[in-house]
Amino acid sequence: MGEIPILQIGDCLLVSIQVDMHDRLALELQDDLTNRIVASRARGVMIDISALEIVDSFIGRMLNNIAGMSRVLDAVTVVVGMRPAVAITLVELGLALTGVRTALNVDKGLAMIRRIIDAEEGGGAGRGA
Amino acid sequence: MSETAETIVPALIERHHQKLLEDWLTCQVREGVLRGGQIKEAELADQSRRFLGELRRSAASGRTLDIAARQWAPAREVLEELVRHCAAQGISPSQTAGFVFSLKEPVFALLQRELIGNAPALAEATWTISALLDKLGLFTTELYQKSREEVIRRQQDELLELSTPVIRLWDGVLALPLIGTLDSARTQTVMESLLEQIVASGAEIAIIDITGVPTVDTLVAQHLIKTVSAARLMGADCIISGIRPQIAQTIVHLGLDLDVVSKATMADAFALALRRLGKTVTDIGSTGGDALRPRRQRN
Amino acid sequence: MPVEARDTMPVQSADDVVKVRQAVRARAIAAGFSLVDQTKIVTAASEIARNTVDYGGGGTLCLELVREGARRGVRLTFADQGPGIADLEQAMTDGYTSGSGLGLGLSGAKRLCNEFLVKTAPGRGTIVTLARWR
Repeated sequence: MGEIPILQIGDCLLVSIQVDMHDRLALELQDDLTNRIVASRARGVMIDISALEIVDSFIGRMLNNIAGMSRVLDAVTVVVGMRPAVAITLVELGLALTGVRTALNVDKGLAMIRRIIDAEEGGGAGRGA
Repeated sequence: MSETAETIVPALIERHHQKLLEDWLTCQVREGVLRGGQIKEAELADQSRRFLGELRRSAASGRTLDIAARQWAPAREVLEELVRHCAAQGISPSQTAGFVFSLKEPVFALLQRELIGNAPALAEATWTISALLDKLGLFTTELYQKSREEVIRRQQDELLELSTPVIRLWDGVLALPLIGTLDSARTQTVMESLLEQIVASGAEIAIIDITGVPTVDTLVAQHLIKTVSAARLMGADCIISGIRPQIAQTIVHLGLDLDVVSKATMADAFALALRRLGKTVTDIGSTGGDALRPRRQRN
Repeated sequence: MPVEARDTMPVQSADDVVKVRQAVRARAIAAGFSLVDQTKIVTAASEIARNTVDYGGGGTLCLELVREGARRGVRLTFADQGPGIADLEQAMTDGYTSGSGLGLGLSGAKRLCNEFLVKTAPGRGTIVTLARWR
């Protein structure tokens, strides 16, 4: 288990990125998450970046990777809590967070994951344990 | 400039500065210097004394004509203060410069009195002081210009703020009516306002109305796309409305891909927004139900 | 352009990249930058700092607070003795990367700055100078 705690809310995993990330930490997080998604059969992954003052291409890569991995494991990834200054900078930077959904906060993120899963399954069946 | 002029002029001013000041003040009254403002006589006298004082000192420093030099900084400061006062009171730039030019008459008179009989020295001294006061007068005009530019810049900023209101159209729906051209400075302000409102209201739909945007070319389209992308990162989807027929044609001709839903009118965009939120508008009394009211609480 | 303040710091490790971000943030605040402008210059600095560590074998940052009349700005000069960039034009093209991932380091950072200059040659290291004005 790495430095970044991964919480479980129902069938969703919540990661809150509070610290400045560097290579080792980012790799650890991706490893941990992959393991947890499989172990908990999570259907959603929420990454809370409200504490991040900066998102550069390194973090962008990490978010894209996590989204990619989750998709392969049939989980939806939502990034929440992006700060306005960060959003404006990302757009200027030209960073395309394709395949990464975004929501304003954890509540809306959970709602979004719910909607997507329900739409995929056409109902309440199959909620992960 | 000969050594004579460089030392004589400052020396003469120094020796007779009291009388020079008196003559200057008299001259100012006669010529109506800085009249039209609210600068009182006592204030004007004070400014004049200070300016003359700095002039004496700077001229004596050996850098008589180089008013950009460090030695002239105090004199420049006096003029800066003067320009600020005058600009604030609507005194014209020429009138303001007139303050400096009005010093010529008493100084010429002084030089004539003291250098009488020495025609070459008089000629050179007159030229030197004239050149000096010309420079200082022009400097004043430049300062005036800069202060005006500062005012314009400040007003532009305020205009920018005023012209990008973000409206809460409904629960969860924001409207952003853009008026005027969309350049990069404007786009920054627009993005900041919009994103702030998204955070404050939790809105998930933003309608960007471009009825008031005269032309949409590649650059404007890029700015719109940036704004839409930024809003998306904050979890809000955008709808562009107010697309005039000519704009639609331009977009197609330029091969622009806006990658966002667009509607001709704000009304259409709003109807779409409501549908997305799972709401509909019905006539009062047709079903006996209440008119559509914004939800007061979130579930 | 008159320099009001100058600092140098090492850019050798991931921890240094964090320190670079903090130092640039502090300078940007001192120069009176808005929050968005601060974020832009710190993000650009982060990109180049990572490059310096990951591809340049580590280097230094010279961080300056500059002033021209009423304008104030922040200027950063990253220098390393690494392998240099063989094809600068290609590296400046969006999407190009020599490692894995999004690339974008140089071209993205350039978009966030008012001034952006790269001096590099194969085997001769790299110097990147970026600046942003208030």
